[in-house]
Amino acid sequence: MTLPLFFFYLFSAIVVASALMVISSRNPVHSVLFLILAFVNAAGIFLLAGAEFLAFILIVVYVGAVAVLFLFVIMMLDVDFAELRKGVMQHAPVGIIVGLILLLELLMVAGSAFIVPEAAGAGVVPIDGGVENTRAIGRVLYTNYIYLFQACGLVLLVAMIGAIVLTLRHKPNVKRQDIAKQVARTRSGVETVRIESGKGL
Amino acid sequence: MDWFLYALDYLLGAPILGLGTMVGFVWKALLLLVTLLVFTAYVLLADRKIWAAVQIRRGPNVVGAFGLLQSFADLMKFVFKEPVIPAGADKAVFLLAPLITVLLALSAWAVVPVAEGWALADINIGILYIFAISSLSVYGIIMGGWASNSKYPFLGALRSAAQMVSYEVSIGFVIITVLLCVGSLNLTHIVIAQYEMGLAHMLGVPWLTFLNWFWLPLFPMFVIFFISALAETNRPPFDLPEAESELVAGFMVEYGSTPYMMFMLGEYVAIILMCAMTTILFLGGWTAPIDLPPFTWIPGVVWFVLKLSAVFFMFGMVKAIVPRYRYDQLMRLGWKVFLPISIAMIVIVAAVLQFTGWGWHGGMA
Repeated sequence: MTLPLFFFYLFSAIVVASALMVISSRNPVHSVLFLILAFVNAAGIFLLAGAEFLAFILIVVYVGAVAVLFLFVIMMLDVDFAELRKGVMQHAPVGIIVGLILLLELLMVAGSAFIVPEAAGAGVVPIDGGVENTRAIGRVLYTNYIYLFQACGLVLLVAMIGAIVLTLRHKPNVKRQDIAKQVARTRSGVETVRIESGKGL
Repeated sequence: MDWFLYALDYLLGAPILGLGTMVGFVWKALLLLVTLLVFTAYVLLADRKIWAAVQIRRGPNVVGAFGLLQSFADLMKFVFKEPVIPAGADKAVFLLAPLITVLLALSAWAVVPVAEGWALADINIGILYIFAISSLSVYGIIMGGWASNSKYPFLGALRSAAQMVSYEVSIGFVIITVLLCVGSLNLTHIVIAQYEMGLAHMLGVPWLTFLNWFWLPLFPMFVIFFISALAETNRPPFDLPEAESELVAGFMVEYGSTPYMMFMLGEYVAIILMCAMTTILFLGGWTAPIDLPPFTWIPGVVWFVLKLSAVFFMFGMVKAIVPRYRYDQLMRLGWKVFLPISIAMIVIVAAVLQFTGWGWHGGMA
Protein backbone atom coordinates (compact mmCIF):
# COMPACT_ATOMS: atom_id res chain seq x y z
CA MET A 1 0.00 0.00 0.00
CA THR A 2 1.45 3.30 -1.05
CA LEU A 3 1.13 6.66 0.63
CA PRO A 4 -1.48 8.15 -1.77
CA LEU A 5 -3.66 5.08 -1.30
CA PHE A 6 -3.39 5.43 2.46
CA PHE A 7 -4.44 9.06 2.27
CA PHE A 8 -7.27 8.17 -0.11
CA TYR A 9 -8.72 5.74 2.44
CA LEU A 10 -8.13 8.24 5.25
CA PHE A 11 -9.91 11.09 3.44
CA SER A 12 -12.80 8.94 2.25
CA ALA A 13 -13.30 7.39 5.69
CA ILE A 14 -13.49 10.89 7.21
CA VAL A 15 -15.86 12.08 4.45
CA VAL A 16 -18.23 9.16 5.04
CA ALA A 17 -18.04 9.41 8.82
CA SER A 18 -18.64 13.15 8.87
CA ALA A 19 -21.48 12.81 6.33
CA LEU A 20 -23.11 10.38 8.77
CA MET A 21 -22.56 12.84 11.60
CA VAL A 22 -24.20 15.61 9.55
CA ILE A 23 -27.53 13.80 9.58
CA SER A 24 -27.23 12.19 13.00
CA SER A 25 -25.91 14.93 15.30
CA ARG A 26 -28.56 16.62 17.43
CA ASN A 27 -27.18 20.14 17.28
CA PRO A 28 -27.63 21.76 13.83
CA VAL A 29 -24.47 23.85 14.27
CA HIS A 30 -22.50 20.65 14.83
CA SER A 31 -24.10 19.31 11.65
CA VAL A 32 -22.80 22.25 9.65
CA LEU A 33 -19.34 21.89 11.19
CA PHE A 34 -19.29 18.21 10.16
CA LEU A 35 -20.46 19.22 6.69
CA ILE A 36 -17.46 21.54 6.49
CA LEU A 37 -15.17 18.69 7.56
CA ALA A 38 -16.68 16.58 4.77
CA PHE A 39 -16.05 19.37 2.22
CA VAL A 40 -12.43 19.77 3.27
CA ASN A 41 -11.75 16.05 3.04
CA ALA A 42 -13.48 15.85 -0.35
CA ALA A 43 -11.05 18.57 -1.43
CA GLY A 44 -8.28 16.27 -0.18
CA ILE A 45 -9.55 13.50 -2.47
CA PHE A 46 -9.60 15.94 -5.42
CA LEU A 47 -5.97 16.78 -4.62
CA LEU A 48 -5.02 13.10 -4.67
CA ALA A 49 -6.70 12.76 -8.07
CA GLY A 50 -4.48 15.57 -9.37
CA ALA A 51 -7.31 18.10 -9.65
CA GLU A 52 -5.65 20.71 -7.46
CA PHE A 53 -7.55 23.67 -8.92
CA LEU A 54 -10.93 22.05 -8.26
CA ALA A 55 -9.81 21.09 -4.76
CA PHE A 56 -8.99 24.64 -3.73
CA ILE A 57 -11.97 26.16 -5.53
CA LEU A 58 -14.13 23.72 -3.57
CA ILE A 59 -12.62 25.05 -0.35
CA VAL A 60 -12.85 28.72 -1.36
CA VAL A 61 -16.42 28.57 -2.64
CA TYR A 62 -18.15 25.94 -0.54
CA VAL A 63 -16.27 26.13 2.73
CA GLY A 64 -15.18 29.76 2.61
CA ALA A 65 -18.45 31.26 1.44
CA VAL A 66 -21.46 28.93 1.22
CA ALA A 67 -20.90 27.11 4.51
CA VAL A 68 -20.19 30.41 6.29
CA LEU A 69 -23.65 31.60 5.25
CA PHE A 70 -25.18 28.26 6.34
CA LEU A 71 -23.56 28.66 9.72
CA PHE A 72 -24.59 32.29 9.85
CA VAL A 73 -28.26 31.40 9.36
CA ILE A 74 -28.33 28.30 11.52
CA MET A 75 -26.61 29.97 14.46
CA MET A 76 -29.33 32.61 14.53
CA LEU A 77 -32.23 30.17 14.25
CA ASP A 78 -34.15 29.46 17.39
CA VAL A 79 -35.62 26.11 16.49
CA ASP A 80 -37.61 23.97 18.90
CA PHE A 81 -36.63 20.48 17.87
CA ALA A 82 -39.29 18.68 19.88
CA GLU A 83 -41.88 20.72 17.97
CA LEU A 84 -40.16 19.91 14.70
CA ARG A 85 -40.08 16.15 15.35
CA LYS A 86 -43.85 15.95 15.79
CA GLY A 87 -44.45 16.45 12.09
CA VAL A 88 -41.84 13.94 10.96
CA MET A 89 -44.21 11.01 10.40
CA GLN A 90 -46.67 12.86 8.20
CA HIS A 91 -43.90 14.17 5.93
CA ALA A 92 -42.10 10.83 5.89
CA PRO A 93 -43.77 9.33 2.75
CA VAL A 94 -42.81 12.33 0.58
CA GLY A 95 -39.28 12.28 1.96
CA ILE A 96 -38.93 8.56 1.30
CA ILE A 97 -40.13 8.93 -2.32
CA VAL A 98 -37.74 11.83 -3.03
CA GLY A 99 -34.89 9.96 -1.38
CA LEU A 100 -35.59 6.82 -3.43
CA ILE A 101 -35.64 8.76 -6.71
CA LEU A 102 -32.33 10.43 -5.81
CA LEU A 103 -30.78 7.07 -4.87
CA LEU A 104 -31.96 5.55 -8.15
CA GLU A 105 -30.49 8.41 -10.17
CA LEU A 106 -27.18 8.16 -8.36
CA LEU A 107 -27.09 4.41 -9.02
CA MET A 108 -27.83 5.03 -12.70
CA VAL A 109 -24.96 7.51 -12.95
CA ALA A 110 -22.56 5.22 -11.13
CA GLY A 111 -23.82 2.12 -12.93
CA SER A 112 -23.66 3.58 -16.43
CA ALA A 113 -20.00 2.69 -16.59
CA PHE A 114 -20.95 -0.99 -16.30
CA ILE A 115 -24.20 -0.99 -18.27
CA VAL A 116 -23.10 1.10 -21.26
CA PRO A 117 -19.30 1.36 -21.07
CA GLU A 118 -19.03 3.39 -24.30
CA ALA A 119 -21.44 6.09 -23.01
CA ALA A 120 -19.43 6.82 -19.87
CA GLY A 121 -16.59 8.72 -21.47
CA ALA A 122 -18.50 10.18 -24.44
CA GLY A 123 -18.65 13.77 -23.23
CA VAL A 124 -15.09 13.90 -22.03
CA VAL A 125 -12.74 16.41 -23.63
CA PRO A 126 -9.23 15.00 -24.06
CA ILE A 127 -6.75 16.89 -21.92
CA ASP A 128 -3.19 17.63 -22.92
CA GLY A 129 -1.07 15.93 -20.28
CA GLY A 130 1.62 18.60 -20.24
CA VAL A 131 -0.75 21.40 -19.25
CA GLU A 132 -1.34 22.26 -15.59
CA ASN A 133 -4.98 21.78 -14.76
CA THR A 134 -5.86 25.43 -14.07
CA ARG A 135 -4.92 26.23 -17.66
CA ALA A 136 -6.62 23.07 -18.97
CA ILE A 137 -9.94 23.95 -17.33
CA GLY A 138 -9.69 27.51 -18.62
CA ARG A 139 -9.09 26.33 -22.19
CA VAL A 140 -12.11 24.03 -22.19
CA LEU A 141 -14.40 26.43 -20.35
CA TYR A 142 -13.63 29.56 -22.38
CA THR A 143 -13.48 27.93 -25.82
CA ASN A 144 -15.74 24.87 -26.22
CA TYR A 145 -18.30 25.80 -23.59
CA ILE A 146 -18.22 29.59 -23.63
CA TYR A 147 -21.97 29.99 -24.34
CA LEU A 148 -22.98 27.58 -21.58
CA PHE A 149 -20.55 29.31 -19.25
CA GLN A 150 -22.05 32.72 -20.03
CA ALA A 151 -25.54 31.27 -19.59
CA CYS A 152 -24.55 30.07 -16.09
CA GLY A 153 -23.36 33.58 -15.35
CA LEU A 154 -26.71 35.00 -16.46
CA VAL A 155 -28.63 32.56 -14.26
CA LEU A 156 -26.54 33.61 -11.27
CA LEU A 157 -27.03 37.28 -12.13
CA VAL A 158 -30.81 36.83 -12.21
CA ALA A 159 -30.68 35.00 -8.87
CA MET A 160 -28.62 37.81 -7.38
CA ILE A 161 -30.94 40.54 -8.63
CA GLY A 162 -33.90 38.53 -7.34
CA ALA A 163 -32.39 38.25 -3.87
CA ILE A 164 -31.69 41.98 -3.76
CA VAL A 165 -35.18 42.91 -4.98
CA LEU A 166 -36.75 40.64 -2.36
CA THR A 167 -34.74 41.96 0.58
CA LEU A 168 -34.04 45.61 -0.18
CA ARG A 169 -36.52 47.89 1.55
CA HIS A 170 -36.24 51.62 1.91
CA LYS A 171 -38.30 52.57 4.93
CA PRO A 172 -39.59 56.15 4.60
CA ASN A 173 -38.68 57.49 8.05
CA VAL A 174 -35.16 56.19 8.40
CA LYS A 175 -32.30 58.68 8.30
CA ARG A 176 -29.65 57.57 5.86
CA GLN A 177 -26.09 58.71 5.47
CA ASP A 178 -25.43 60.35 2.10
CA ILE A 179 -21.67 60.24 1.71
CA ALA A 180 -21.61 62.45 -1.40
CA LYS A 181 -23.61 65.11 0.42
CA GLN A 182 -21.22 65.01 3.38
CA VAL A 183 -18.14 65.28 1.22
CA ALA A 184 -19.65 68.16 -0.77
CA ARG A 185 -20.21 70.29 2.34
CA THR A 186 -18.33 73.56 2.45
CA ARG A 187 -16.62 75.01 5.52
CA SER A 188 -19.31 77.66 6.10
CA GLY A 189 -19.94 78.30 9.78
CA VAL A 190 -16.70 76.64 10.86
CA GLU A 191 -13.91 78.72 12.35
CA THR A 192 -10.41 77.59 13.24
CA VAL A 193 -9.00 79.25 16.37
CA ARG A 194 -5.37 79.03 17.41
CA ILE A 195 -5.02 79.08 21.16
CA GLU A 196 -1.73 79.37 22.97
CA SER A 197 -1.26 76.55 25.43
CA GLY A 198 -2.06 77.40 29.04
CA LYS A 199 -4.07 80.54 28.14
CA GLY A 200 -7.53 79.17 27.56
CA LEU A 201 -10.20 80.86 25.47
CA MET B 1 3.21 -1.82 6.75
CA ASP B 2 5.06 -0.48 3.73
CA TRP B 3 3.10 2.72 3.63
CA PHE B 4 4.12 3.41 7.20
CA LEU B 5 7.80 3.10 6.34
CA TYR B 6 7.30 5.29 3.28
CA ALA B 7 5.56 7.85 5.44
CA LEU B 8 8.39 7.83 8.00
CA ASP B 9 10.99 8.26 5.30
CA TYR B 10 9.03 11.00 3.65
CA LEU B 11 8.55 12.92 6.87
CA LEU B 12 11.94 12.52 8.51
CA GLY B 13 14.04 12.51 5.38
CA ALA B 14 16.40 10.08 7.06
CA PRO B 15 17.96 7.32 4.97
CA ILE B 16 17.53 4.83 7.85
CA LEU B 17 14.82 2.89 6.10
CA GLY B 18 16.05 3.32 2.57
CA LEU B 19 12.56 3.72 1.16
CA GLY B 20 10.65 6.46 -0.56
CA THR B 21 11.89 9.95 -1.25
CA MET B 22 14.04 11.64 1.32
CA VAL B 23 12.43 15.02 1.65
CA GLY B 24 12.85 15.84 5.30
CA PHE B 25 9.71 17.89 5.60
CA VAL B 26 9.57 17.73 9.38
CA TRP B 27 12.90 19.47 9.94
CA LYS B 28 12.20 22.22 7.43
CA ALA B 29 8.72 22.71 8.83
CA LEU B 30 10.05 22.90 12.40
CA LEU B 31 12.68 25.44 11.38
CA LEU B 32 10.05 27.57 9.65
CA LEU B 33 7.70 27.25 12.61
CA VAL B 34 10.25 28.28 15.24
CA THR B 35 11.54 31.19 13.14
CA LEU B 36 8.01 32.33 12.47
CA LEU B 37 6.98 32.17 16.14
CA VAL B 38 10.04 34.09 17.35
CA PHE B 39 9.48 36.63 14.57
CA THR B 40 5.83 36.92 15.63
CA ALA B 41 6.91 37.61 19.21
CA TYR B 42 9.01 40.56 18.06
CA VAL B 43 6.40 41.78 15.60
CA LEU B 44 3.97 41.92 18.52
CA LEU B 45 6.48 43.92 20.52
CA ALA B 46 7.13 46.21 17.55
CA ASP B 47 3.39 46.76 17.19
CA ARG B 48 3.12 47.88 20.81
CA LYS B 49 6.27 50.01 20.57
CA ILE B 50 5.05 51.78 17.40
CA TRP B 51 1.69 52.40 18.98
CA ALA B 52 3.37 53.77 22.11
CA ALA B 53 5.75 55.99 20.16
CA VAL B 54 2.88 57.60 18.25
CA GLN B 55 1.15 58.37 21.53
CA ILE B 56 4.43 59.61 23.11
CA ARG B 57 4.57 56.74 25.60
CA ARG B 58 7.42 54.33 26.22
CA GLY B 59 5.58 51.08 25.62
CA PRO B 60 6.74 47.82 27.23
CA ASN B 61 10.26 48.50 28.55
CA VAL B 62 10.63 46.51 31.74
CA VAL B 63 11.23 42.86 30.80
CA GLY B 64 14.70 42.59 29.29
CA ALA B 65 16.61 45.46 27.66
CA PHE B 66 14.12 47.84 25.94
CA GLY B 67 11.39 45.30 26.82
CA LEU B 68 12.79 42.83 24.29
CA LEU B 69 11.59 39.85 26.31
CA GLN B 70 8.09 41.21 26.94
CA SER B 71 6.36 38.82 24.51
CA PHE B 72 8.01 35.81 26.13
CA ALA B 73 6.96 37.00 29.58
CA ASP B 74 3.41 37.34 28.26
CA LEU B 75 3.61 33.82 26.86
CA MET B 76 4.61 32.43 30.27
CA LYS B 77 1.81 34.34 31.94
CA PHE B 78 -0.81 33.06 29.51
CA VAL B 79 0.34 29.47 29.67
CA PHE B 80 0.43 29.25 33.48
CA LYS B 81 -2.98 30.79 34.04
CA GLU B 82 -6.04 28.63 34.57
CA PRO B 83 -8.20 28.25 31.47
CA VAL B 84 -11.83 28.97 32.33
CA ILE B 85 -14.56 27.33 30.29
CA PRO B 86 -18.00 28.91 30.83
CA ALA B 87 -20.67 26.54 32.17
CA GLY B 88 -23.04 27.15 29.24
CA ALA B 89 -20.36 26.80 26.58
CA ASP B 90 -20.15 24.06 23.99
CA LYS B 91 -16.88 22.65 25.32
CA ALA B 92 -15.56 20.87 22.24
CA VAL B 93 -16.25 23.73 19.82
CA PHE B 94 -15.09 26.29 22.41
CA LEU B 95 -11.65 24.69 22.62
CA LEU B 96 -11.49 23.83 18.92
CA ALA B 97 -11.95 27.45 17.81
CA PRO B 98 -8.57 28.88 18.93
CA LEU B 99 -6.83 25.71 17.72
CA ILE B 100 -8.31 26.14 14.24
CA THR B 101 -7.35 29.80 14.15
CA VAL B 102 -3.71 29.15 14.97
CA LEU B 103 -3.46 26.03 12.81
CA LEU B 104 -4.82 27.71 9.69
CA ALA B 105 -2.69 30.80 10.18
CA LEU B 106 0.47 28.68 10.46
CA SER B 107 -0.36 26.23 7.66
CA ALA B 108 -0.68 29.01 5.08
CA TRP B 109 3.06 29.63 5.49
CA ALA B 110 3.86 26.28 3.87
CA VAL B 111 3.83 27.83 0.39
CA VAL B 112 5.34 31.26 1.03
CA PRO B 113 8.67 31.64 -0.81
CA VAL B 114 10.89 33.72 1.48
CA ALA B 115 13.78 33.55 -1.00
CA GLU B 116 14.40 31.87 -4.33
CA GLY B 117 13.58 28.19 -3.82
CA TRP B 118 13.01 28.66 -0.10
CA ALA B 119 9.37 27.61 -0.02
CA LEU B 120 8.43 24.55 1.99
CA ALA B 121 6.12 23.49 -0.85
CA ASP B 122 6.52 25.27 -4.17
CA ILE B 123 3.13 24.27 -5.55
CA ASN B 124 1.61 25.37 -8.86
CA ILE B 125 -1.40 27.02 -7.29
CA GLY B 126 0.29 28.55 -4.25
CA ILE B 127 -1.77 31.71 -4.29
CA LEU B 128 -5.03 29.78 -4.50
CA TYR B 129 -3.88 27.71 -1.52
CA ILE B 130 -3.25 30.82 0.56
CA PHE B 131 -6.58 32.29 -0.53
CA ALA B 132 -8.38 29.06 0.44
CA ILE B 133 -6.68 28.91 3.83
CA SER B 134 -7.41 32.55 4.61
CA SER B 135 -11.05 32.04 3.60
CA LEU B 136 -11.21 29.30 6.25
CA SER B 137 -9.85 31.49 9.02
CA VAL B 138 -13.28 33.03 9.63
CA TYR B 139 -14.34 29.72 11.22
CA GLY B 140 -12.13 30.16 14.25
CA ILE B 141 -13.96 33.40 15.03
CA ILE B 142 -17.49 32.16 14.29
CA MET B 143 -17.01 28.96 16.27
CA GLY B 144 -15.47 30.82 19.20
CA GLY B 145 -18.27 33.36 19.25
CA TRP B 146 -21.05 30.80 19.02
CA ALA B 147 -19.58 28.26 21.44
CA SER B 148 -19.14 30.89 24.16
CA ASN B 149 -22.95 30.98 24.47
CA SER B 150 -22.92 34.63 25.41
CA LYS B 151 -24.22 37.83 23.80
CA TYR B 152 -21.13 39.92 23.09
CA PRO B 153 -19.06 37.09 21.59
CA PHE B 154 -21.98 36.12 19.38
CA LEU B 155 -22.46 39.65 18.06
CA GLY B 156 -18.72 39.91 17.48
CA ALA B 157 -18.69 36.63 15.58
CA LEU B 158 -21.60 37.69 13.34
CA ARG B 159 -19.93 40.99 12.52
CA SER B 160 -16.67 39.29 11.74
CA ALA B 161 -18.25 36.65 9.49
CA ALA B 162 -19.89 39.33 7.34
CA GLN B 163 -16.76 41.48 7.33
CA MET B 164 -14.32 38.76 6.33
CA VAL B 165 -16.57 37.37 3.58
CA SER B 166 -17.02 40.89 2.15
CA TYR B 167 -13.36 41.81 2.03
CA GLU B 168 -12.29 38.46 0.70
CA VAL B 169 -14.16 39.29 -2.49
CA SER B 170 -12.08 42.40 -3.15
CA ILE B 171 -8.86 40.61 -2.15
CA GLY B 172 -9.74 37.89 -4.66
CA PHE B 173 -10.22 40.43 -7.46
CA VAL B 174 -6.95 42.17 -6.61
CA ILE B 175 -5.16 38.83 -6.77
CA ILE B 176 -6.79 38.17 -10.16
CA THR B 177 -5.38 41.40 -11.64
CA VAL B 178 -1.89 40.39 -10.53
CA LEU B 179 -2.42 36.91 -11.95
CA LEU B 180 -3.47 38.43 -15.29
CA CYS B 181 -0.11 40.17 -15.49
CA VAL B 182 1.84 37.08 -14.46
CA GLY B 183 -0.10 34.25 -16.10
CA SER B 184 0.68 31.75 -13.35
CA LEU B 185 -0.66 30.94 -9.89
CA ASN B 186 2.75 29.97 -8.59
CA LEU B 187 4.05 32.41 -5.96
CA THR B 188 7.64 31.98 -7.14
CA HIS B 189 6.59 32.83 -10.70
CA ILE B 190 4.84 35.97 -9.46
CA VAL B 191 8.09 37.20 -7.93
CA ILE B 192 10.22 36.22 -10.92
CA ALA B 193 7.78 37.95 -13.27
CA GLN B 194 8.29 41.18 -11.35
CA TYR B 195 12.04 40.81 -11.81
CA GLU B 196 12.07 39.89 -15.49
CA MET B 197 9.55 42.34 -16.90
CA GLY B 198 7.87 45.60 -16.06
CA LEU B 199 8.19 49.36 -16.29
CA ALA B 200 11.96 49.45 -15.71
CA HIS B 201 12.54 47.16 -18.71
CA MET B 202 10.25 49.31 -20.86
CA LEU B 203 12.05 52.50 -19.82
CA GLY B 204 15.40 50.92 -20.66
CA VAL B 205 16.73 50.93 -17.10
CA PRO B 206 16.37 47.24 -16.17
CA TRP B 207 18.61 47.63 -13.08
CA LEU B 208 15.95 49.80 -11.35
CA THR B 209 14.06 46.71 -10.24
CA PHE B 210 11.80 48.58 -7.86
CA LEU B 211 10.08 50.23 -10.85
CA ASN B 212 9.32 46.72 -12.15
CA TRP B 213 7.35 45.70 -9.13
CA PHE B 214 3.59 45.66 -9.50
CA TRP B 215 2.99 48.39 -6.90
CA LEU B 216 3.60 51.03 -9.56
CA PRO B 217 1.58 49.82 -12.58
CA LEU B 218 -1.16 48.42 -10.33
CA PHE B 219 -1.06 51.19 -7.74
CA PRO B 220 -4.85 51.37 -7.11
CA MET B 221 -4.93 47.62 -6.54
CA PHE B 222 -1.97 47.93 -4.15
CA VAL B 223 -3.93 50.42 -2.05
CA ILE B 224 -7.10 48.30 -2.16
CA PHE B 225 -5.16 45.18 -1.22
CA PHE B 226 -3.52 46.92 1.73
CA ILE B 227 -6.83 48.22 3.11
CA SER B 228 -8.60 44.91 2.48
CA ALA B 229 -5.77 43.10 4.24
CA LEU B 230 -6.37 45.33 7.28
CA ALA B 231 -10.07 44.42 7.20
CA GLU B 232 -9.45 40.74 6.54
CA THR B 233 -7.17 40.39 9.57
CA ASN B 234 -9.47 42.45 11.82
CA ARG B 235 -6.81 45.09 12.36
CA PRO B 236 -7.79 48.59 13.42
CA PRO B 237 -9.48 50.64 11.98
CA PHE B 238 -11.58 47.59 11.04
CA ASP B 239 -11.38 45.73 14.37
CA LEU B 240 -15.17 45.75 14.77
CA PRO B 241 -15.46 42.07 15.83
CA GLU B 242 -13.59 43.03 19.00
CA ALA B 243 -14.50 46.70 19.29
CA GLU B 244 -13.94 47.23 22.99
CA SER B 245 -16.18 50.25 23.27
CA GLU B 246 -19.21 48.30 22.02
CA LEU B 247 -18.55 44.60 22.43
CA VAL B 248 -16.06 44.44 25.35
CA ALA B 249 -13.64 42.12 23.53
CA GLY B 250 -15.93 40.68 20.85
CA PHE B 251 -15.63 36.97 20.19
CA MET B 252 -12.80 36.66 22.73
CA VAL B 253 -14.80 37.82 25.77
CA GLU B 254 -15.08 34.38 27.35
CA TYR B 255 -11.54 33.30 26.54
CA GLY B 256 -8.57 33.43 28.87
CA SER B 257 -5.09 31.97 29.34
CA THR B 258 -3.81 29.62 26.62
CA PRO B 259 -6.89 29.63 24.32
CA TYR B 260 -6.82 33.44 24.34
CA MET B 261 -3.12 33.41 23.57
CA MET B 262 -3.77 31.09 20.63
CA PHE B 263 -6.33 33.52 19.21
CA MET B 264 -3.83 36.36 19.51
CA LEU B 265 -1.05 34.25 18.01
CA GLY B 266 -3.26 33.21 15.09
CA GLU B 267 -4.23 36.81 14.51
CA TYR B 268 -0.65 38.07 14.42
CA VAL B 269 0.59 35.21 12.25
CA ALA B 270 -2.26 36.00 9.82
CA ILE B 271 -1.21 39.66 9.85
CA ILE B 272 2.38 38.75 9.04
CA LEU B 273 1.08 36.48 6.28
CA MET B 274 -0.84 39.37 4.79
CA CYS B 275 2.33 41.51 4.94
CA ALA B 276 4.18 38.69 3.17
CA MET B 277 1.43 38.52 0.53
CA THR B 278 1.71 42.27 -0.06
CA THR B 279 5.46 41.82 -0.43
CA ILE B 280 5.13 38.97 -2.90
CA LEU B 281 2.29 40.41 -4.98
CA PHE B 282 3.33 44.07 -5.14
CA LEU B 283 6.84 44.59 -3.76
CA GLY B 284 8.80 42.00 -5.68
CA GLY B 285 9.29 39.39 -2.95
CA TRP B 286 12.95 38.63 -2.35
CA THR B 287 14.38 40.70 -5.24
CA ALA B 288 16.67 43.64 -4.43
CA PRO B 289 15.23 47.10 -5.20
CA ILE B 290 18.22 48.00 -7.38
CA ASP B 291 19.88 45.22 -9.32
CA LEU B 292 23.46 46.41 -8.77
CA PRO B 293 26.30 44.98 -6.61
CA PRO B 294 25.96 46.59 -3.16
CA PHE B 295 22.28 45.62 -3.14
CA THR B 296 22.57 42.22 -4.75
CA TRP B 297 25.17 41.10 -2.17
CA ILE B 298 22.47 41.07 0.47
CA PRO B 299 20.68 37.68 0.40
CA GLY B 300 17.07 37.53 -0.79
CA VAL B 301 15.65 36.45 2.54
CA VAL B 302 16.93 39.67 4.13
CA TRP B 303 15.18 41.77 1.49
CA PHE B 304 12.02 39.75 2.02
CA VAL B 305 12.04 40.31 5.79
CA LEU B 306 12.90 44.00 5.33
CA LYS B 307 9.98 44.55 2.95
CA LEU B 308 7.66 42.54 5.15
CA SER B 309 8.66 44.63 8.16
CA ALA B 310 8.13 47.85 6.23
CA VAL B 311 4.59 46.74 5.33
CA PHE B 312 3.99 45.78 8.94
CA PHE B 313 5.21 49.21 10.04
CA MET B 314 2.43 50.68 7.91
CA PHE B 315 -0.06 48.30 9.56
CA GLY B 316 1.16 49.51 12.96
CA MET B 317 0.95 53.19 12.02
CA VAL B 318 -2.58 52.76 10.70
CA LYS B 319 -3.56 51.18 14.01
CA ALA B 320 -2.12 54.10 15.92
CA ILE B 321 -3.44 56.92 13.74
CA VAL B 322 -6.80 56.04 12.18
CA PRO B 323 -10.07 56.07 14.16
CA ARG B 324 -12.32 53.00 14.01
CA TYR B 325 -14.85 52.64 11.20
CA ARG B 326 -18.56 52.37 11.81
CA TYR B 327 -19.97 49.02 10.74
CA ASP B 328 -22.23 50.25 7.92
CA GLN B 329 -19.39 52.38 6.56
CA LEU B 330 -17.17 49.30 6.57
CA MET B 331 -19.71 47.37 4.51
CA ARG B 332 -20.17 50.33 2.19
CA LEU B 333 -16.42 50.59 1.61
CA GLY B 334 -16.15 46.89 0.81
CA TRP B 335 -19.14 46.43 -1.46
CA LYS B 336 -19.78 49.85 -3.00
CA VAL B 337 -16.26 51.22 -3.36
CA PHE B 338 -13.66 48.45 -3.55
CA LEU B 339 -15.70 45.89 -5.44
CA PRO B 340 -16.64 48.13 -8.43
CA ILE B 341 -13.14 49.60 -8.63
CA SER B 342 -11.47 46.20 -8.60
CA ILE B 343 -13.86 44.73 -11.18
CA ALA B 344 -13.27 47.74 -13.43
CA MET B 345 -9.51 47.32 -12.99
CA ILE B 346 -9.73 43.66 -14.02
CA VAL B 347 -11.44 44.66 -17.26
CA ILE B 348 -8.93 47.48 -17.89
CA VAL B 349 -5.85 45.40 -17.09
CA ALA B 350 -7.08 42.48 -19.18
CA ALA B 351 -7.82 44.78 -22.11
CA VAL B 352 -4.43 46.49 -21.89
CA LEU B 353 -2.61 43.17 -21.71
CA GLN B 354 -4.61 41.81 -24.65
CA PHE B 355 -4.04 44.80 -26.93
CA THR B 356 -0.40 45.53 -26.12
CA GLY B 357 0.87 42.01 -25.56
CA TRP B 358 2.52 43.08 -22.30
CA GLY B 359 2.68 40.67 -19.40
CA TRP B 360 4.96 37.83 -18.44
CA HIS B 361 4.79 34.71 -20.57
CA GLY B 362 7.53 32.73 -18.89
CA GLY B 363 5.03 30.74 -16.83
CA MET B 364 3.35 29.41 -19.95
CA ALA B 365 3.16 25.64 -19.78
